[in-house]
Amino acid sequence: MTAAPAAAVISRPRDPVIVQSGLTVLALLSLGLFIVFPVAAVFVQAFAKGWPAYLKAVEDPNTLAAAKLSLLAVGISVPLNAVFGVAAAWAIAKFRFRGRSVLVSLIDIPFGVSPVISGLIFVLVFGTRGWFGPWLAAHDIRVIFAVPGIILATTFVTFPFVARELIPLMQSQGTDEEEAALVLGASGWQMFFRVTLPNIRWGLLYGVVLCTARALGEFGAVSVVSGHIRGQTNTLPLHVEILYNDYNYSGAFAVASLLSMFAVLTLALKKFLEWKATWSDQRKGQVVSE
Amino acid sequence: MSIEAARISKRFGAYEALREVSIRIEDGELVALLGPSGSGKTTLLRIIAGLELPDSGTIRLNEEDATQHTARDRKVGFVFQHYALFRHLTVFENIAFGLRVRPKATRPAEKEILERVRSLLDLVQLDWLGDRYPSQLSGGQRQRVALARALAVEPRVLLLDEPFGALDVKVRKELRRWLRRLHDELRVATVLVTHDQEEALEVSDRVAIMNQGRIEQAGAPGEVYANPASSFVAEFLADVNLFHGRTAIQNRTAAAVSAFTKHS
Repeated sequence: MTAAPAAAVISRPRDPVIVQSGLTVLALLSLGLFIVFPVAAVFVQAFAKGWPAYLKAVEDPNTLAAAKLSLLAVGISVPLNAVFGVAAAWAIAKFRFRGRSVLVSLIDIPFGVSPVISGLIFVLVFGTRGWFGPWLAAHDIRVIFAVPGIILATTFVTFPFVARELIPLMQSQGTDEEEAALVLGASGWQMFFRVTLPNIRWGLLYGVVLCTARALGEFGAVSVVSGHIRGQTNTLPLHVEILYNDYNYSGAFAVASLLSMFAVLTLALKKFLEWKATWSDQRKGQVVSE
Repeated sequence: MSIEAARISKRFGAYEALREVSIRIEDGELVALLGPSGSGKTTLLRIIAGLELPDSGTIRLNEEDATQHTARDRKVGFVFQHYALFRHLTVFENIAFGLRVRPKATRPAEKEILERVRSLLDLVQLDWLGDRYPSQLSGGQRQRVALARALAVEPRVLLLDEPFGALDVKVRKELRRWLRRLHDELRVATVLVTHDQEEALEVSDRVAIMNQGRIEQAGAPGEVYANPASSFVAEFLADVNLFHGRTAIQNRTAAAVSAFTKHS
């Protein structure tokens, strides 16, 4: 048994050098062309007119307002989705009930539907001509073309990230440990906070990081519900578009570079979490002989 | 404390797991539920623990109706087949868990918890492993930690679900004898679920042989072995004999021969 894989590695014929180097060059070229080059271009364009122009674009009140709104939308939708995601994953992974598979498919809807459609759904429901439009107008509540609509759209679009991350993890962990906690006298909350949550913490953080990245970059759905009011209902991605359409290229790229920097930060955080998760597994995995 | 299951029935969809099963376990007794897989023995154990609700029937713990009590309120010790140790906690914290989750009023002081866990680690002969994580232990060690964890809350009854099923034969035999000695010391009413005839006959005071959701026969090991009540029991226990007969001929080991002669 143990000898077989080793033998397979040794006896495997090595590909010709030309194929090896050819594939490597091809991979590097496509990586450079499609990923490194565009990201680099963002930063080059952003600094094309030097530091002062960059700072001016970033410090512009409209940019700051857009950044604030983006952070507000992320700050509300990500915690909401963390809670929803854990609850949904919990229900799906730990219980057998009628309609379970329907729930699984429902969670995936935001992934399957185009973000523009997602935005339109909220306009149809909460817009002036929508189902709740007259009622909302009568009570002087603005959802569409206002901050609540942006938060709703962002939450909808990023809903699956945490749940999708947790469902397979929780399914693989089973319900044994939760049952053990109950038999040992733990209450439902104690079981959740002392057993379930510690077991899923790295997966949860990972899902939250992905969710945050997506929420911050969301364009389509938010574009439909926002109304593009500068300084009021513009998020960072929408602001990039507006600046670009104003022929303010250095400004547009300066704001884009902010978003790119966040993306790089997310990537680093994601790597760190992956490393941390395997590291903690390994630390607990060294077997002690009897 | 006694355990009584009265006319317990349980269905999973179209599958009848238990059909009006009744059994009584006296205080201090060790009873084995023995049967092939799918005979309903684990379901019965989980219903006694409160992890599963019966469709009909009554569970009495210490003569008191506990059918509607939650697993949390029943104060039973349960040992899972695959140990179910908390993977993110050390061995020490695993054993201390049941004490730490108690409400403040009944929670022992930190010093007391420390002493209790230490003495349990001694009891299961793992005092040197307190700061390890479950994944660093061997199967036999994990099972002993699981037992110590169940005993930490001073359970009124002890329920063991195929506790040695995932272990290799040698460790299984050692642990089984150790369990018997432990039970002689603690004298807690214990139910052991197993599909291993030899294990059931060797360890228990009484054996209940289950088949297709029913108890076919219950009695002392020697009694059920000598006087099987049905052809199923006769065949199911006869396998033990047959199995040993073959090993004795093939291996001619002293152990197998002694096991053979003991059972025949």
